[in-house]
Amino acid sequence: MSASLPRVSASVAMPKGSLQQVFDNLRAAGYTLVGPTVRDSAIVLDEIDGLDDLPQGWTDEQQPAHYRLKKAPDNQYFSYGVGPHSWKQFLHPSRLRLFSVEKNNGSWTIRPSQEPPPRYAFIGVRACDVAAIGIQDRVLIGSEFRDPHYAARREQVFVLAVNCSHSGATCFCASMKTGPKVTGGFDLALTELPDIFLVEIGSEAGAEVLGDVPWEAATAFDLGRASRVIQRAERQDGRHMLTDDLPDVLYENLESPQWDEVATRCLSCANCTLVCPTCFCTTVEDVSNLRATSAERIRVADSCFNRDFSHVHGGNSRPTIRSRYRQWLTHKLASWIDQFGTSGCVGCGRCITWCPVGIEITEEVNAIRAKGGK
Amino acid sequence: MASEARPKLAVYKFSSCDGCQLALLNLEDELLSLVGAVEIAYFLEASSATLPGPYDVALVEGSVTTAEDVERIHAIRKDAKCLMTIGACATTGGIQALRNWKDVNEFIRCVYARPEYIHTLKDSTPISKHVKVDLELNGCPINKVQALEVLTALLQGRAPHLPPHAVCMECKRRGTVCVTVAQGIACLGPLTHAGCGALCPSYNRGCYGCFGPMENPNPDSLAAHLLSTGVSRSHVIQLLRGFTGYSDAFRAASDKLERIAQ
Ligand code: SF4
Ligand code: SF4
Ligand code: SF4
Repeated sequence: MSASLPRVSASVAMPKGSLQQVFDNLRAAGYTLVGPTVRDSAIVLDEIDGLDDLPQGWTDEQQPAHYRLKKAPDNQYFSYGVGPHSWKQFLHPSRLRLFSVEKNNGSWTIRPSQEPPPRYAFIGVRACDVAAIGIQDRVLIGSEFRDPHYAARREQVFVLAVNCSHSGATCFCASMKTGPKVTGGFDLALTELPDIFLVEIGSEAGAEVLGDVPWEAATAFDLGRASRVIQRAERQDGRHMLTDDLPDVLYENLESPQWDEVATRCLSCANCTLVCPTCFCTTVEDVSNLRATSAERIRVADSCFNRDFSHVHGGNSRPTIRSRYRQWLTHKLASWIDQFGTSGCVGCGRCITWCPVGIEITEEVNAIRAKGGK
Repeated sequence: MASEARPKLAVYKFSSCDGCQLALLNLEDELLSLVGAVEIAYFLEASSATLPGPYDVALVEGSVTTAEDVERIHAIRKDAKCLMTIGACATTGGIQALRNWKDVNEFIRCVYARPEYIHTLKDSTPISKHVKVDLELNGCPINKVQALEVLTALLQGRAPHLPPHAVCMECKRRGTVCVTVAQGIACLGPLTHAGCGALCPSYNRGCYGCFGPMENPNPDSLAAHLLSTGVSRSHVIQLLRGFTGYSDAFRAASDKLERIAQ
């Protein structure tokens, strides 16, 4: 029984209702809980209070340009895939005031944005999204050029991950080697079984949160059941992408006729980049008042699909949809590796589901490979 | 700023509902500072007192639908250093441009008891078809925050911030769940110029395209996708022929769908 705290890397069994106690302990430790909840016909990420806010008994159906919320055949808490939101909206918000300036008696005062970032506990982070957070860590705080706003949020995050029991028709985490099992980067990782949660302890902070929660050491039977749940999810991955010949196959086919073909379908609407959990580009907007006595600088999410993004002195370096789609895909899957040492894609499938015309990154790569004779 | 140095502003109305002028008057809190910064020399919706031109900035609401309109817009252009159109009517011909696909005389016969009193042009056209326009502010009606931004930028001599990308950007930034993908509601957002803050999708409606085409619209692709998901051709044509249906991009796409149907 739970007389002492479990060891890091141990797996324990916990009654399902005790997850509420874990939430209470996190809140008592000063965390703001964000997790999956049903809103606007989808499972979104938002602040949650307790178990009642989780999408218990709900699942989703995903296809290119198609998402439907549906009643699940079981009554589990985590029987669905990733939705339209990702954790980057909390770590790398799409709108952030950087500073404001004000003129008083002829002199200017600069005020940095004072809002202290919340201390978030992320509830129900999937393996692909744990990997995506790892990628944003490399990009935004992994070199000498650190984004202080991301760092301030990231450093205090508690990650309660969940191993996927169902993967969707647009998922390809197995191809990208990011899931469906969470292998690191978490404080606690749950696997949901019909009667219990199997909990893997990922850190001291994770062990401490279990404090007064009743747990028992996991039996071989429980561990076996949990690994079968994850294997089933892996078999269900709806899409696959051959990665062995990436990035070369893309660099060798920069003039593929497929780029012209996809440009007839792509709307350059930027949805794919905004739902992608690794895309990180931003721009700044300066707003001033009419009397020119105050101004603020706001950072907002941007996208390589927008014209102004590639506007440089003398013109636009990517004036066509063809050039923008090619930039996006080759950056995700090829030059990202040169730049940051990992792929920019974790196989979450969001760009496929949420593209209004259902363009599939996996199919585009296959078509480029086929037309290139490889 | 000394009062004689205030730039002179004129606001004109053509064929329109006055909604964009009302959006300007709705600036409320900012209206007082605006009056301090510019001299409102001609704005009949707000005051019958007018000052003679020339004007530094002319804001034009409404589309051109009569022979007198054509003469008047040329006179206004001559009198204005900077001419800016406000709203869907002035920038694309407006909802009244739906008549451009029909015989306007039939409408006149159906609607008016004494049709002989009505003198109108066959088409409703945007201001830019007649005179050079320096800046177009989209929307049906315009977004008052954007209107203030443009006037502020003009006064401060900087470029106004009016991003020409799709409404989808605004949808995603505010965290709205896409109504097209999650509910199968046809939405013009991916083709439409940002500026409204993605208002309609946040109320579970598809975008009606009030702000006109975005920077590089691809309506043929969206139309083909909607047809493939079972939306009828007539519905797609109707969707494209809304408040900004006579804009080049939306008109070309709806005409093409109509030709294929015939
Ligand atoms: S791939 Fe799809 S989501 Fe991305 S810009 Fe093109 S149409 Fe929009
Ligand atoms: S590129 Fe698409 S599948 Fe890959 S991480 Fe981004 S949204 Fe997910
Ligand atoms: S609801 Fe409309 S505007 Fe919003 S993302 Fe979807 S298609 Fe774009």
